[in-house]
Amino acid sequence: MPKALRMRPVIGHDNRPWWDRIDEGELPIQRCCSCGTLRHPPRPMCWKCQSLESEYINASGKGIVYSYVVVHKPAVPGYEYPLAVGLIELEEGTRIVSNIVGINPEDIEIGMPVEVSIDAVDDEMNLPLFRPASR
Amino acid sequence: MPTTIKDKCAIVGIGQTEFSEKSGRSELHLTLECVKSAIEDAGLPFSAVDGLVTYSIDGSDEIAVARGLGSKELTFFSRVPHGSGGGAVSMVQQAVLAITTGMCETVVCYRAFNGASGVQPKSTDVGGPLSTDQIHWGWYNPYGLVGPASVAAMYTQRYLHEYNASDESLAEIAVTMRKHAANNPEAMFYQKPMTKEDYFGSPFIVEPLRQYDSSIATDGGCAFVITSAERAKELRHPPAVIRSVAQGSAYDQEVMTSFYRSSITRFPEYELVAKECYQHSGLCANDIDAASLYDPFTSAVLFQLESFGFCKQGEAHEFVKNGNLGVDGQLPCNTSGGQLSEAHLQGINGVTEAVRLIRGTSVNQPVKNDHVLATSGFGVPASAMILGKC
Amino acid sequence: MLTSIKNECAIVGIGMTEISKNSGRSELQLAAECVLTAIKDAGLEPKDVDGIAGFTLDHVDEIEVARAVGIPELKFISRMPHGGGQPMGLVQQAVMAISTGVCKTVVGYRAMNGRSGARYSSGVADGAETADKISWGWYTPYGLLTPTGWCAMNTQRYMYEYGATNAGLAEIAVTQRAYANNNPNAIFYGSPITFEDYHNAPYIVEPLRLYDCCIETDGGAAFVVTSAERAKDMPHPPAMIRGAAQGVAFDQEVITSYYRDNITFLPEYDLVAKQCYAQSGLGPDDLDAAIIYDAFTSIVLFQLESFGFCKRGEAHEWVQGGTLGIDGRLPTNTHGGLLSEGYIHGLNGLCEAVRLLRGTSVNQPKKNIENMLVSSGAGMPTSAMIIGKM
Repeated sequence: MPKALRMRPVIGHDNRPWWDRIDEGELPIQRCCSCGTLRHPPRPMCWKCQSLESEYINASGKGIVYSYVVVHKPAVPGYEYPLAVGLIELEEGTRIVSNIVGINPEDIEIGMPVEVSIDAVDDEMNLPLFRPASR
Repeated sequence: MPTTIKDKCAIVGIGQTEFSEKSGRSELHLTLECVKSAIEDAGLPFSAVDGLVTYSIDGSDEIAVARGLGSKELTFFSRVPHGSGGGAVSMVQQAVLAITTGMCETVVCYRAFNGASGVQPKSTDVGGPLSTDQIHWGWYNPYGLVGPASVAAMYTQRYLHEYNASDESLAEIAVTMRKHAANNPEAMFYQKPMTKEDYFGSPFIVEPLRQYDSSIATDGGCAFVITSAERAKELRHPPAVIRSVAQGSAYDQEVMTSFYRSSITRFPEYELVAKECYQHSGLCANDIDAASLYDPFTSAVLFQLESFGFCKQGEAHEFVKNGNLGVDGQLPCNTSGGQLSEAHLQGINGVTEAVRLIRGTSVNQPVKNDHVLATSGFGVPASAMILGKC
Repeated sequence: MLTSIKNECAIVGIGMTEISKNSGRSELQLAAECVLTAIKDAGLEPKDVDGIAGFTLDHVDEIEVARAVGIPELKFISRMPHGGGQPMGLVQQAVMAISTGVCKTVVGYRAMNGRSGARYSSGVADGAETADKISWGWYTPYGLLTPTGWCAMNTQRYMYEYGATNAGLAEIAVTQRAYANNNPNAIFYGSPITFEDYHNAPYIVEPLRLYDCCIETDGGAAFVVTSAERAKDMPHPPAMIRGAAQGVAFDQEVITSYYRDNITFLPEYDLVAKQCYAQSGLGPDDLDAAIIYDAFTSIVLFQLESFGFCKRGEAHEWVQGGTLGIDGRLPTNTHGGLLSEGYIHGLNGLCEAVRLLRGTSVNQPKKNIENMLVSSGAGMPTSAMIIGKM
């Protein structure tokens, strides 16, 4: 029986550039071409100036844990439990949801510094994952 | 005591994207574009919008639109069901009720989708597991009655039979709508008129309906802005004042397949909204100078002409002849080309054209434009409104 | 001029099916049963109903309900998006339509085989490219798949910022189970829990434990709204609708509004609170009891703060010592709530609110209940209402 895989994001016009850059090993942040506002998750219109033009910058990949949860149930095939999911506040100011890896879930603390690595979680999908910062 | 909605609100802004066979961008992107242009057309700041309404089947939810506009808050939002047509004018009703009862001040209604290039939900898989919709389609799909044209054809066949009508009347409607579109730079069939020979030469889709009896799949979006009549006076364009707006679902109503009523050549949901619209506005069919009648298929126009009292039951197929739906006819109808020839956007472009008719800015502008009727819905719960001047 | 909705309309009928883990019948049947019960409870016949409001995610079309119970025609139909966020949005819809004379009597309903059919706890699935689906893709690859997970994120941060422990959450879970223990229609009838039980229960998504989460059930609930005028002649004392509001706040997502400056409160609740108080002319001190949407214990805390019962960050202490109990300051969710009675997207709570005003709750507080709050789901576009005695 084939190994169960993590759920796939639905990819369309509005998020493809973001996922393409992940596959290239970068953690992108969408930036408004008109007023420079950064936004995540990516969306077609800038909430501040209503411009429809946007581009991507590369994040430094450094941030802190703003909040986090540890998932126990339901245990969905394709993931390992207990599963730590963090809300990471990036240095650039935007937040992103991702897994916190390389640490026991019980040792995670709000405010702790983390950094990204783009990892292949299976043969078909790369994800940005966060681990405690090496400092 | 109950108040009335007559003349309480007006459509003050309209916007649209281009209409195409392949937009090349997301439905949310299309939505934001037409919403933005509608608000700009009204001359309002984005922050003035505190209500959003769309179709239940629309893929761009109101919060995605709100984030694009940078809305600080919305105090009203809702969805109207039975998208393929039932929705367009129902959205107007939602906006009018919310504004009249003080729930919010300014509502944008929108519908945008990649109807030609995108993956559209099929009627057979709407709803969730074991939805009533799925059960419902199971009475038809196994026999190959699949898709709106097949259902529309069923009503049409019986109509032609009962009233001894010929498909000449359908040809007349198709050719007239195409003529309007040929003059409309925004239309899919801009500069592409057709003759009756073209019509009769087009293949049957579902007999008795031919290719040119059917609307055209389109990518695109439209939006419009509604606010109180009071506030409308200070805005840029002459307001299209909403004299009345009504929704209706009639006895033994199904989604498209209301085949079990004693007559299937009458549409009591149209008759219900017609009655409500005329009653609430104090107007009658004779007062209507032009109309946007929802036309996913040519025959839908016949049924509405009768239900809304422009002619007697069974006589619409005669009424439409002699150019009566043309710009100089008795009832200029679908002057933008309609769903048949401008774009199939599930009726919302009929609303924006009705507003242009009131403003006097249609590319096919009739001389008289005091009152315009706009409808939506065919074989589903229907809706209609009457627009007038300030 | 614009109208005010205060005391224009009333809830005059309520109806529920039994709540179970396996109803053994279709959602349409559940809907038809509870709708008919509500109509009869109001002393009305199906023909008296001319409006229906439902949820976009209900699998049962309103026209199917109308056909099933014999409602001949409808002049008003609408669907509200965002599931649990909108039960009071349905009430608002009814009030808007009735107070403007669009229709006379509206039924709102929700019926779901939420346990034996599709379960929300099983996580969201992928599919076509819509704004909604794109949004889930920012969470699902990391395993944040369920409402519990999304909600736990805000809860963790709340506990961190305010130094809160699970004690407040435990208080809510145990209190509501005690109510359910006394309610024969509750899933947890006759099965109370202790604080020890609460703390010994396994985590679902840290920091939320098993008893912080609502149950999943099969069942249906419905209500009938009509004008205050007509309500006087009906069998039960009417529950007067003093205010009903919706709200979307800045940077709103569906439960994952993680990108605001502060995620320890939900500004959409502030927004509906502000409107409800303005419409009704009442404040938190005037409210004698509450039905607070409790898909999870922690969202009760957020709401108590937004609705002004206590200050920001203090609800976790305010609830301790029996505040929400039958003799407390604010008897809350006296049916057992979504946590312990059953999960019918908040419409079972609405029915309980009406019973509290009628004086017929199985957990009827001794004090007079003159005015009360009923709220809706957390983290999404939400709604609330204030109802009271005639």
